[in-house]
Amino acid sequence: MDFLYSVFIGPFIDMASAPDFLLQVLWEGFVAGTLYSLIALGFVLIFKASGVFNFAQGIMAVFAALTLVGLYEAGVPAYLALLITIGIMALLAVGVERLILRHMVNQDEIILFMATIGLSYFLIGLGELIFGGETKSMITEQLGLPTGSTTVDVAGGIVILQHIDIAAAVIAVIMVVALAVFFNITRIGRALRAVADDHQAALSVGISLNQIWAIVWFAAGIVALATGIMWGARSDVSFALQIVALKALPVLMLGGFTSIPGAIVGGLIVGFGEKLFEVYWGGLMGGGVEGWFAYVIALIFLLFRPQGLFGDKIIERV
Amino acid sequence: MFYREAGQYKTSYKEDSAIFPILQDRIAIWFYLAVAFVIIPLFGSEFLINSVMIPFLVFALATIGLNILTGYTGQISLGHGAFMGVGAYSTYKLVTYFPDTNVVVLILLSGFFSAAVGMVFGLPSLKIKGFYLVVTTLAAQFFLEWAFIRIPWLYNYNDSGAIEVPQREVFNIIVTGPDASVLSRYFVVLSIVVVMTWIASNIIHGRIGRSWMMIRDMDIAAELIGVRPLFAKLSSFAVSSFYAGVAGALMVFLWLGAAEVESFDVNVSFQILFMVIIGGLGSLVGSFLGAAFIWILPIVIRAVPRIMGMDINASTVEQLNFMIVGALIVLFLIIEPHGLARMWAILKQKLRVWPFPY
Repeated sequence: MDFLYSVFIGPFIDMASAPDFLLQVLWEGFVAGTLYSLIALGFVLIFKASGVFNFAQGIMAVFAALTLVGLYEAGVPAYLALLITIGIMALLAVGVERLILRHMVNQDEIILFMATIGLSYFLIGLGELIFGGETKSMITEQLGLPTGSTTVDVAGGIVILQHIDIAAAVIAVIMVVALAVFFNITRIGRALRAVADDHQAALSVGISLNQIWAIVWFAAGIVALATGIMWGARSDVSFALQIVALKALPVLMLGGFTSIPGAIVGGLIVGFGEKLFEVYWGGLMGGGVEGWFAYVIALIFLLFRPQGLFGDKIIERV
Repeated sequence: MFYREAGQYKTSYKEDSAIFPILQDRIAIWFYLAVAFVIIPLFGSEFLINSVMIPFLVFALATIGLNILTGYTGQISLGHGAFMGVGAYSTYKLVTYFPDTNVVVLILLSGFFSAAVGMVFGLPSLKIKGFYLVVTTLAAQFFLEWAFIRIPWLYNYNDSGAIEVPQREVFNIIVTGPDASVLSRYFVVLSIVVVMTWIASNIIHGRIGRSWMMIRDMDIAAELIGVRPLFAKLSSFAVSSFYAGVAGALMVFLWLGAAEVESFDVNVSFQILFMVIIGGLGSLVGSFLGAAFIWILPIVIRAVPRIMGMDINASTVEQLNFMIVGALIVLFLIIEPHGLARMWAILKQKLRVWPFPY
């Protein structure tokens, strides 16, 4: 009876009695959710255009952030370092297309997935070799990103909003809108959608797959850079982000592999869900439930909707 | 010329369906066993046996386990690191409760615990397919990792949170614990791996193995022909996690001597999946080749600067190691996506027709 109470009633009484704390938890969840969404966005971009499940997306985020900070520490001005990093991500995109994807057309998706894990090993080694293995702190102020925090009075208490979190949310929104516009209006965007729909049909109307892939990987690189900066500003820049990046997988599952809005909604569900669960229910199980909650919730969702919330319906034929 | 079946007539169905139909292959397998059982223990250094052979065999066993699931049944799993952990922790508990029982028996028993856990996490595979299954197995991975930390009963409430292997004897020879000799541990691991590989080969070539392959090739069609997906998939998960569990128990009890959660984290799962892919999906030989490649390659890379007399510090070597392994994996996948097993098969075919091209 006590147990049932502490599962079904206790947490809600806690929520109702301290609404400001609940709001704070929700805000934390929102922020974590935006970051998951950003990583998932990079995944979706590449998956849509090339059918590659890019495991290296999280590593790319760290690699980009590391490059940025490393360049700054080497004496390059912050904005120039940002530009150079974007250039390096472009080089990486072209390199991946030339050296890996081009040679792996028509392979099983698990083989392509493995290749991206190989790529992520390579990037980990390269990043640490050039910039050192120790954790670095992000150059938040030098990039003109806001620091500090605002205290808001609500519901008889206070909620603390970190400015960098607000900036992260704004940037996430801007990126999603920009990508949506890019996909719907520009020539390249339409070509991208054609490739996503059907590789062969796209080829037959004269779209260059190689070029499209390079562009998509570059776009994913930009998303990775944004993710890396935001994540780096919240904690610090290290390859530990890899485990966090894995959480983009359940986010994708929730949203559906091919849907950009799905990535956003999935990220938010996971972000809110895991913070609420950790704070209000985690104590029952000894804490630390954040590590697996996202996966379990994705698993439960999948049992009812195998294609995710916004994914295309899976039709099977013999 | 030397490797050819000409003149070897098969006079019974049994001979015709033998796993090694060619005499040279049978000689080769006895030769490998002789090398493993006699030559390596006689002439191998302690480093070779303890840091190369034992882990190689342990990982080969785990790779066979994952290959049964991924290569033969077509279900991807990223939870096998944790399933190894289940084997290790349950052996530890069994050894605590039954101190007088033969430890080898307990190691094999622990496989049943990981098989049970594997079946529970395999249940979603009935509804969820392909890449989506990765997430459910990742759920197993992270949930079990969490359980290994948060349930102190599993490590007997000790302060370090690690499991330490107690000393146990089999037929008056110490095989586990800090005082066990390298050779005794090596022989135990080798015997278990050889026997379990033989069993795996028989399962795979039998009715159950065939139903797994039918599920892999097309599950709906298999169901229409009369393969029960529930039984086929769950039995695959069970056998696969059984192998992983025994491998995990061997890893802790006969190689590491002590283990924490980090020994079974998601990187181990990735490593085993690599061994499967590099070795070749759906091939037992490939499991050994893949395990050898992924395990031995970094050891070689680490040794190269020392042999060439270059003075590079350890962390740089480690980073280069990452880069080289990553690049080689990609290279391998480009050159031969079907893995080392396919290369091995091509080599054998070439030998067969030599000196003619075909």
